Amino acid sequence: MTRISVKVDGTGYEDDVEPRLLLIHYLRDHLGRTGTPVGCDTGNCGACTVDLDGSTVKSCSVLAVQADGGEVTTVQGLAENGELHPLQKAFHDQHALQCGYCTPGMLMAARDLLAENPHPTPEDVRHGLEGNLCRCTGYQNIVKAVLAAAGEQREATS
Amino acid sequence: MIPAAFEYARPDSIGEAVRLLSRGGDETKVLAGGQSLMPMLRMRLSFPDLVVDVGRIDELRGVRDDGDRLVIGAMTTHHDVMRDPLVREHAGLLAAATATVADPAVRHRGTLGGSLAHADPAGDLPAVVLALDAELVTTERTIRAAEFFRDYLQSALAPDELLTQIRVPKLTGWGYHYEKFHRVAQAWAVVGVAAAVRRDNGRIAEARIGLTNMAPTPVRASATEEALAGADATGPAVEEATRDAAEGTRPSADASATPEYREHLARVLTRRAVLAAAGPERTA
Amino acid sequence: MTTSSEPEIGRARLRKEDARLITGQTNWTDNITAPGLLHLAILRSPMAHARLDRVDVAAARERPGVIAAFSGADLAAEQGSLPCAWPVTEDIVLPDHPPVAVDEVRYAGDPVAVVVARDAYAAADALEAIEVDYTPLDPVLDLEAALADDSPLVHADKDTNRCFSYHQPCGDYEAAKARADVVLHRRYHQQRLIPSAMEPRSVVVLPVAAAGEYTLYSATQIPHILRVMLAVTTGIPEHKLRVIAPDVGGGFGSKLQVYGEEVLALILAKRLGRPVKWTETRSEGNLATHHGRGQIQDIEIAATRDGTLLGLKADLLADMGAYLMLLTPSIPILGATMFPAIYKMDAYDFRCTGVFTTQTPTDAYRGAGRPEATYAIERIMDDLAAELGRDPLELRRHNWIKHEEFPYTTVAGMTYDSGNYEAATDRAQVLFGYDELVAERAKRNEQGDIFRLGIGISTYTEMCGLAPSRWLRDMRSGAGGWEAASIRMLPTGKAEVITGTSPHGQGHATAWSQIAADVLGIPFEDVEVLHGDTKLAPVGLDTYGSRSLVVGGTAVYEAAQKVVAKARQVAAHLMEANEADLEFSNGAFTVQGSPEAQKSIQEVAFAAFTSHHLPDGMQPTLSAEHVTDPDTFSFPHGTHLCAVEVDTETGAVKIRSYVCVDDIGKVVNPLIVEGQVHGGLAQGIAQALYEEAVYDEDGNLTSGTLADYLVPGAPDLPEFVTDRTETPATSNPMGVKGVGEAGTIASTPAVVNAVVDALRPLGVTEIRMPCTPERVWRAIQEAKEASR
Repeated sequence: MTRISVKVDGTGYEDDVEPRLLLIHYLRDHLGRTGTPVGCDTGNCGACTVDLDGSTVKSCSVLAVQADGGEVTTVQGLAENGELHPLQKAFHDQHALQCGYCTPGMLMAARDLLAENPHPTPEDVRHGLEGNLCRCTGYQNIVKAVLAAAGEQREATS
Repeated sequence: MIPAAFEYARPDSIGEAVRLLSRGGDETKVLAGGQSLMPMLRMRLSFPDLVVDVGRIDELRGVRDDGDRLVIGAMTTHHDVMRDPLVREHAGLLAAATATVADPAVRHRGTLGGSLAHADPAGDLPAVVLALDAELVTTERTIRAAEFFRDYLQSALAPDELLTQIRVPKLTGWGYHYEKFHRVAQAWAVVGVAAAVRRDNGRIAEARIGLTNMAPTPVRASATEEALAGADATGPAVEEATRDAAEGTRPSADASATPEYREHLARVLTRRAVLAAAGPERTA
Repeated sequence: MTTSSEPEIGRARLRKEDARLITGQTNWTDNITAPGLLHLAILRSPMAHARLDRVDVAAARERPGVIAAFSGADLAAEQGSLPCAWPVTEDIVLPDHPPVAVDEVRYAGDPVAVVVARDAYAAADALEAIEVDYTPLDPVLDLEAALADDSPLVHADKDTNRCFSYHQPCGDYEAAKARADVVLHRRYHQQRLIPSAMEPRSVVVLPVAAAGEYTLYSATQIPHILRVMLAVTTGIPEHKLRVIAPDVGGGFGSKLQVYGEEVLALILAKRLGRPVKWTETRSEGNLATHHGRGQIQDIEIAATRDGTLLGLKADLLADMGAYLMLLTPSIPILGATMFPAIYKMDAYDFRCTGVFTTQTPTDAYRGAGRPEATYAIERIMDDLAAELGRDPLELRRHNWIKHEEFPYTTVAGMTYDSGNYEAATDRAQVLFGYDELVAERAKRNEQGDIFRLGIGISTYTEMCGLAPSRWLRDMRSGAGGWEAASIRMLPTGKAEVITGTSPHGQGHATAWSQIAADVLGIPFEDVEVLHGDTKLAPVGLDTYGSRSLVVGGTAVYEAAQKVVAKARQVAAHLMEANEADLEFSNGAFTVQGSPEAQKSIQEVAFAAFTSHHLPDGMQPTLSAEHVTDPDTFSFPHGTHLCAVEVDTETGAVKIRSYVCVDDIGKVVNPLIVEGQVHGGLAQGIAQALYEEAVYDEDGNLTSGTLADYLVPGAPDLPEFVTDRTETPATSNPMGVKGVGEAGTIASTPAVVNAVVDALRPLGVTEIRMPCTPERVWRAIQEAKEASR
């Protein structure tokens, strides 16, 4: 067992974990943060994407011990003071989700994308989301939602 | 799926890492960014006793200017490599190819050194460092890229040897292009061509070409490099020179392609990569 | 009083489902936990076909954290045989299908033993300790070779790999063929697909052992059917079994199943008296969750020189895989009547042979039989046009059912109630810029451009709204096709809609709210939709086959009408008026001629609750239920146009533009409809270009992970242009037709037709799906060789 200390969505945790424990399983099974799901075992689907210390990772491809001392933000930490994140709102407004299983990872990937590139083209958005698979939407409304959120951020900052 | 149990160590220094590696022997795995290792552990294709996480060794990170070459820490992430101003200016080919690796989340964790040590011929970066005549510095020695990749998933690294730096000769002002042919955005390259070209008044003075996924190791398209030296940077001349691009390759067969098709692709994509590299100069 | 408020039906309401899904407050089956929860893990055969000589779980039982481990033999007495509910012919061969193999494994992934442990990690470790001796047997992989006399047998006790033979002759095909000037024969391959819903399957069973009661959560599309079938399979009485489909992350047919893991979790929870969970990993699911498609189609079309169709023949070999699962044999038969599609002809002959192979069983995947049919007819129509030198759209126009000819009974005996193929096609042509693209294609061909342009057409129809129960009876299905809904008005005027459909991404909570709000005249926000739990919504037949709106939505509509009818009686009593004099609009009853007096439906609901002033003999409360058993199917249609650029040097295909105009009848929520179309297109395009379940010569699945089964990502798909025409169905009161499968059914042939069209000038006439770069490149090389 290895002692780790991790902050998740603003709350600090200390736990003894097996070194092989995946970060996603730590979040889901040890902390009960089940908002982030598991979609595959090869790092391809992106459903488990979370933010670790300021950039996205696939939490199925990171060990919990690697997050020791770090800060994790999941989909459950996106809304602030009961206010949805602009991307959450945009996903709702643009019908960018159907079954919603990819949505947590998609939101986190989109947030990272906009942090790196606040003025993306539709092509930029598609490439920025290349690591996140969706089986329901054909991506069209997801792209629309990310562009809409980008526009909103622009308006908010201008 | 779930990895089998292993011991875990997270050394703070290169020295400590090497000590751990020499103690562990064959059943020890170095965890760099983990983007290749983790899926292998999860699929139980690898059963290490000890995993040595070198992710917190600060001296393994970063890019610095070292005269006629760049020195890149092995643990520098893809994300940092592709954005680094020095890399973009002096090793644009590496920046361009790195931008095609997997996806943004993987590039946040995955590292240049990890990708090279994994020695997957389908990975994009082995062919690039081969084309750039990079040197791979370990805790023991300095290995030329041409001697680093030994076989499929096999590097020259000894079990107790840690890759620390990649030294990339500056090719400032060279044209470059990485032509990646894959079936979906996320998929591995069916074939990739890394081309760097020194241009001289409408001619190709020198060309370096590395091929991805054309053999159990990355390979140089040597015959084509020779044919290109001094050739006109025009379609017909480049086409003539790239006809032998697949010479000396040993491509594999898999669900995406037969060897014959890979050889054909190598020719077409080398021509395209060289023409793109020889095209109008770009600013990084 | 004005009545100008926008009708709910037809409105682009944002979804009620989203609030949970965008914040992570979800209830996936794998999220569910319970005190003492045990984790089930399954050891699966690494071989396609082998005899089990020894399965020894003793060492696994000794592993830390392990509670129990069982071989198939250990479970033989209680695990039963997984059901097939649709034995399509009298001659069908129905093999036993134990959830854990006992004597023999018949596909790579067939369960061999199980472990139950305190956590998933311990369970996974213990699988390594199970010892199995296999004697390899010959795999059976090729559909044609499987039918040869000397073929190895998947089920040796059945003496044949032939599962069934189905024949549906319609008219005299041979006579029609004899009159034809042109007869084309083509062979098309429908590759196996892996449905790949983003949520892996998962099941959790919570037992109350002393009472013999069980609650089973499953990532399923069919909680109701699952309950019946589990009761029949395990002997646990149906009324002691509660099945819940909580949030379900997509299905596309793959969760329309009664899986061995559901049976196992249930019988192990029963045996151990503790809660049991099983969640598949993706690579496990690629082996263990049923596959889709898998057909060889021999198609023959007969026509006159002027392009008039005379007859069509379809002869299919359909890959069943190793066992028959819930609907396996019926999938190709669901396409039986759809090969003639929108075209008029004199005769049609359909044959299908089901074939066992040592591969993962097949079953429903989005479209289920109808994409295969549509692909074949739309591909061969293009080939016929090329043969006759006609524009493929003109050839279709020449043969399709004209809009004034509806209702029209096709040669296959289906009566299409409505349609307007002209309108959809005209609209699509304009949006696509058809003439400009035709001109550009000609120019590129003339210049010998390396990048060729291809235009692909698909003027599809499909049968939706599964299904009239009597039709199912005639087709030998074991079930009916009705759907139930009930609506109760609560004392405060809110309404609960209880539906038998079981959504997993389709937005029923939103759409059913719109229907109920529209009929009841209450706010959309005041409706709550309950579903997916056999205790809350006890009556239903679930969600698949584009049935939910057509059958289940109609039931909601009819139940709401019944509520209004009862409310009218109550209101008349309260208002001391004749029922006939009451008008109902915007949720209020008024008396004709004296509009100042009114009773809102909320007031009526409260009066029905207190029951203080109800008419004599009337039962209290305001609620109603309705079960809709459709008389017929619905027939959405549309025209899809696809332009591709083909790199003739590498074989790479890039979709340049994609236009579709669908006619799905009356639209309840255009946002949801568009989303369904987008996702359907993505899956249909994926079949055309990317996805294939690949087996090697030993029968190992080599596309076993998402790294090698190529589900397209955002950069791989184009921006779609979608539009609609609206020709209401006449077979249901709302005029709806269903939209869940339209995009998938239509798009595959549109894309492949475009690829072939681009290369036809080079002599290419056929490329197997998926049209990988290498296949495209080879087709070009072969055409070059042939023309030499």
